[in-house]
Amino acid sequence: MNPRTLYDKIWDEHLVATRTDGTSLIYIDRHLVHEVTSPQAFEGLREAGRPLRRPNTILSVADHNVPTIDREKGIDDETCRLQVEALEANVKAYGVPYLPLLDDRQGIVHVVGPEQGFTLPGTTIVCGDSHTCTHGAFGALAFGIGTSEVEHVMATQTLPQRKSRNLRVRFEGRLPRGLGAKDLALALIGHIGTAGGTGHVMEFTGPAVRALSMEGRMTLCNMSIEGGARSGLVAPDETTFTYLHGRPLAPEKAMWEAALAHWRTLASDENAAFDTEITLEVGSLAPQVTWGTSPQWVTDIAGRVPDPETAASTDDRQSMLRALEYMDLRPGTPIEAIELQAVFIGSCTNGRIEDLREAAAVARGRKVAQGVRALVVAGSGLVKRQAEAEGLDRIFLEAGFEWRQPGCSMCLGMNDDRLAEGVRCASTSNRNFEGRQGRGSRTHLVSPGMAAAAAVTGHFTDVRRLMEA
Amino acid sequence: MEPFTTLTGIAAPLLRANIDTDLIIPKQFLKTLVRSGLGQHLFHEVRYDSEGRERPDFILNQAPYRGASILLAGPNFGCGSSREHAPWALKDFGIRAILAPSFADIFYTNCFSNGLLPVALPMAAIETLATVEGPLTVDLLVQRVRGGDHSFAFDLEPTRKAVLLEGLDEIRRTEANLADIAAYETRRRKEAPWVEIRVH
Repeated sequence: MNPRTLYDKIWDEHLVATRTDGTSLIYIDRHLVHEVTSPQAFEGLREAGRPLRRPNTILSVADHNVPTIDREKGIDDETCRLQVEALEANVKAYGVPYLPLLDDRQGIVHVVGPEQGFTLPGTTIVCGDSHTCTHGAFGALAFGIGTSEVEHVMATQTLPQRKSRNLRVRFEGRLPRGLGAKDLALALIGHIGTAGGTGHVMEFTGPAVRALSMEGRMTLCNMSIEGGARSGLVAPDETTFTYLHGRPLAPEKAMWEAALAHWRTLASDENAAFDTEITLEVGSLAPQVTWGTSPQWVTDIAGRVPDPETAASTDDRQSMLRALEYMDLRPGTPIEAIELQAVFIGSCTNGRIEDLREAAAVARGRKVAQGVRALVVAGSGLVKRQAEAEGLDRIFLEAGFEWRQPGCSMCLGMNDDRLAEGVRCASTSNRNFEGRQGRGSRTHLVSPGMAAAAAVTGHFTDVRRLMEA
Repeated sequence: MEPFTTLTGIAAPLLRANIDTDLIIPKQFLKTLVRSGLGQHLFHEVRYDSEGRERPDFILNQAPYRGASILLAGPNFGCGSSREHAPWALKDFGIRAILAPSFADIFYTNCFSNGLLPVALPMAAIETLATVEGPLTVDLLVQRVRGGDHSFAFDLEPTRKAVLLEGLDEIRRTEANLADIAAYETRRRKEAPWVEIRVH
């Protein structure tokens, strides 16, 4: 057999049929369902009188529009409440496993899946959410789909697919202290652009990736879609297996051993051909900060807001001018001189325990700067509980951060956690699009440590200067 | 689904790069339980001011583009979120074809699920078509866009084309493979039993 990439192997293992038209029918092992992109899919099934093929392969949870405060009192916003109630009615009617809003295991789908051991190496995982690529951190082929495809998977447990091209990203060197996966992701997107990975599955390799924890790998894979790739992958290794062992839905005993034997084969063969190769040396990387309205518009903390006059083309110049106008930034402004009014720590990108530890280490013994509102939203109830057991909630609260209940929250502001027009925010989320965190709001994407540093100083600050020696 | 063969209509130029799905339909309209009615909210944040009044400088608020059925756009159209609300909103507004140099993967697939035709053409062709006065014609059968004295051929994968031309239901197509799916499941249970989820 020809040498294959990790993506090739997972693809081959899930090929149900190759149709006469050349498309492939791919089997889907796992399906995550949330309240926003599923109601029309359930409705479609109902209208067509189709059964849901394998309810037990689904894990459902409400996360996008749920309140992060006083949840016990119910959901005030009627449209949000109706959507959560619709999910609850649908999962009940179709016998789909569901984690209720007040359950400790509730949280953002992409935090919950791995936490429960629902996400396993070598599986195919889909969800009506573009950040499904997060699960690629385990060596699972995971990608976001539309609602029609959600319905398709519910009905047939498959999806018609065209094979993507293989892209390998090598992160060479060792990340400096104070930097993490978010900086890797932003630096990569700055390098290849927001459409750089379109049509590809990205595999992340190299010593800087091997050194990442599972949380870090999830952050990195989570941002694949911001580089245009529907999926990102990290080959599983001991770090992966240690994380998974003993999780509620992970295999046990003899089944674990059998799984492990297979999972150890899940790596790209030595001579496997990649359509595209990118290598980034990360040994001297500095903390990354976006300045525009696309994740590709990024520089490091020592940098300045760029001058559109230096753009490569007229179109680029126009785009940059528009972005700077929206962001209310002037060319040449040092990044460290940009002042913030809001800080958001959370999301499927950076709402895990390690992210909260990183932010808390900076917040400890300091105070949120005057005029800054800072929010910490754990990615799940279990993350929240763990953080509280470690006393992180006290650190945040004493520093003046708000400590909220889990959900997608201010990453997209479907609930009440939105920014007012013109407010500038350092955010650990994944998108800085116009209006993403609220109409007219201005988002700068950073790591959790950088977000905490911005919160306590009131402007962007190199987090390394605030770290204990 | 409504078949797509030939479309003649007004083309609205919105030549920005990286038009993301948050811009196409912002989050506050994702709380719906149905697919219809989103056209009035299409491009909401740039189409209306904070008081909800139309912004006269936005293209879709101008005659004759209020009745546009074709959108001309810059590269990487539809990037970002997987929300199918984006093609739902475009379609509900009356847009049936989007002409751009490139599309984001998830959005591209979502178009075909909804009878929308995304046409990839070089930026120079898009810019030329934007100067044409009067309607454009998108002919899916012969894979050509015509307008004024200009005519551009476009590529499209045959299956995608068939899905639009015949208005095919993808789930029904897949149901032709139900025996293959069942056979796969039997094999998979034997070869990779750990993938089976214990009842939780």
